[in-house]
Amino acid sequence: MADPQLLSSVRTLVGRQYGRVYAWDAVNAPMIRQWCEIMGVDNPLYTDAAYAADGPHGGLVAPPAMLQVWTMEGLHANNYPPGSTDQNPYEVLKLIEEYGYASVVAVNSELSFTRPVYLGERLYYTTRLESVGDEKTTGLGTGFFVTLVMSHFVEKPEGDEPVGELLFRVFKFRPASARTAAQAPIENEPAKAKRPLPGVSDDTRFFWEGCAEGKLLIQRCSACATLRHPPAPVCTHCHSFEWDSVQASGRGSLYSFVVMHYPEVAPFDHPNPIGLIELEEGVRLIAGLTGVQRDGLRIGQQLQVEFQTFDEQLALPLFRPVGE
Amino acid sequence: MTNLSISGRAAIVGLGATEFSKNSGRTELRLALEATLEALRDAGIDPSEVEGFSSYSVDKVPEYEIARLLGCKDVKFFSQVPHGGGAACAPVMHAAMAVATGVAKVVVVYRAMNERSWYRFGSGSYGFASTPIFENVNYGWYMPHGFHTPAAWVGMFAQRYMHTYGATSEDFGRVAVAARDFAASNPKAFFHGKPITLQEHQASRWICEPLHLLDCCQESDGAVAMVITSAERARDLRQTPVTIKAGSQGITSGQQSMTSFYRDDITGLPEMGVVARELYRQSGLGPQDLQTAVIYDHFTPFVLPQLEEFGFVRRGEAKEFIREGHHARGGKLPINTHGGQLGEAYIHGMNGIAEAVRQVRGTAVNQVADVANVLVTAGTGVPTSGLILGTA
Repeated sequence: MADPQLLSSVRTLVGRQYGRVYAWDAVNAPMIRQWCEIMGVDNPLYTDAAYAADGPHGGLVAPPAMLQVWTMEGLHANNYPPGSTDQNPYEVLKLIEEYGYASVVAVNSELSFTRPVYLGERLYYTTRLESVGDEKTTGLGTGFFVTLVMSHFVEKPEGDEPVGELLFRVFKFRPASARTAAQAPIENEPAKAKRPLPGVSDDTRFFWEGCAEGKLLIQRCSACATLRHPPAPVCTHCHSFEWDSVQASGRGSLYSFVVMHYPEVAPFDHPNPIGLIELEEGVRLIAGLTGVQRDGLRIGQQLQVEFQTFDEQLALPLFRPVGE
Repeated sequence: MTNLSISGRAAIVGLGATEFSKNSGRTELRLALEATLEALRDAGIDPSEVEGFSSYSVDKVPEYEIARLLGCKDVKFFSQVPHGGGAACAPVMHAAMAVATGVAKVVVVYRAMNERSWYRFGSGSYGFASTPIFENVNYGWYMPHGFHTPAAWVGMFAQRYMHTYGATSEDFGRVAVAARDFAASNPKAFFHGKPITLQEHQASRWICEPLHLLDCCQESDGAVAMVITSAERARDLRQTPVTIKAGSQGITSGQQSMTSFYRDDITGLPEMGVVARELYRQSGLGPQDLQTAVIYDHFTPFVLPQLEEFGFVRRGEAKEFIREGHHARGGKLPINTHGGQLGEAYIHGMNGIAEAVRQVRGTAVNQVADVANVLVTAGTGVPTSGLILGTA
């Protein structure tokens, strides 16, 4: 659960506008030419003045995707042109971090453009903290999606004109491996969560040893040849204690399935599709499904076993759909 | 000739409960004592008279501590029935057996838990280890795949049931909507005043496909207790006696705990079929004799095959029964009139038995007219149990 104090502090920041960050230089042909060279852009509208004069804009324009470039700080960190704000639009991330959400990953960067930007124009942008989502858990961990919007303008005596926006979203989170340690203090970095190991008994060891060798083994009664899974010390049919095993073909069909969404428990991926598989030899077993499309599961579809080793210690049978 | 049946030999004569919440703010022991003392007051029986106790796993309040705090001196019968919610009805059956055989004259049945605030059954983390005791070996087929929640285990049966009989997620939703409708008019229910629509059910997030959030019961803190004594004595006590007409537990072929996936057919609940046949045999009653029922609803999908196992409908036809609203307010067989575990609280089924007691007494908040007999079922997918309670 997120700390109520954190949620309250974050809420007061949402919607806040941060001051201007100015461009060092006006939009200019040398920077455009260098950017196009580096990015491999050969559109003459950006670099050939004669060609551009007859084009839709009546002259050279900057590539739209350069929008952010004009207002970058340059080689030295936090070296912004005079007049730029000293406010930190990322203060919310520092705030969240203080509550143990140490990691960050950028998840969206979306540019939208209002109009072309012309040679000689001078840009600045302002930042708005657009939103901070509810605490969410993803495969990475538990934390908050933080969305900032940078609105870019060109200065004009008659009123500044908007030229484009950058939506920038990050996920500020506590990594999944830390989360599973329940209330353990963050400074005691817990080990990465591993898949739980099965209890292995004299009645079932053959199965797991088979998995380690890439074989799907089914227990078979030595007296009456009845196959059984899960394995047991005695035959349910004739009560003989004698048994051996046979290797299954690994082909089967999907008898039933679920797709697990919640709770998200490390180290499993979510959604987590799980099948009840009826092997062609006639017995059923539970296993994870792999290579399945969302909404692509249907009872009766054909599957083939494959083996995957987790955490360098646990070989598990997984089933993948195959063509029919 | 000696009457060897337990039918009609014992009665529930006292009922007590705490409030139901998400955080009781007090110990389970205290909750158990609050409910037990209220049940004894309700019955008009002095705590020192209690001679037996029964609860079920995983109740962590030991009967000896309750006995000590009550001041009991001659406790001759105690049991704790295994299999969690599947056991819910069994303590009443055990109490009736103890009373009918004269081992104990007064028995307290209780269930106390801070299942929401102290621990949660649906967490997916249960501390299973790799030592080869049966439980670890058995759950070893599931835990390594992350197949580790009751919702997931139930979902596996539900998906096959839907495929076989054409039941839909909306049919499951109709179970939830009816329960929440009853809860909405039950001031003791957590979801009092909060009905839901079928659209809201369908829009609720996935917990484990095919189960939406609103297919899953709540998790709750609270306690329920009741007092059982002989039918003879019940006639002289202050409350309308609620006769225990039948009680049974059930295990059948291919039985596992939540994971009976290896039976030829997994669309039924054959262990509940065992319970149904035994309840009808003991009581001499049939489905037509039951005016209302408390059908265990930890997850909506298992309500359907229970209606089938008890013969209210034919196999695979529960969906039609539910689409016609027979399970809902005003229907042919209103079920879970307290709001069920979906709407009132999840006290592991014991609050459902309490509702059956109130229906027989005629004091339920959503009272069904002319109740003579009520069916109560316990948790499904596990070794289970059931009761028929009725008027004397």
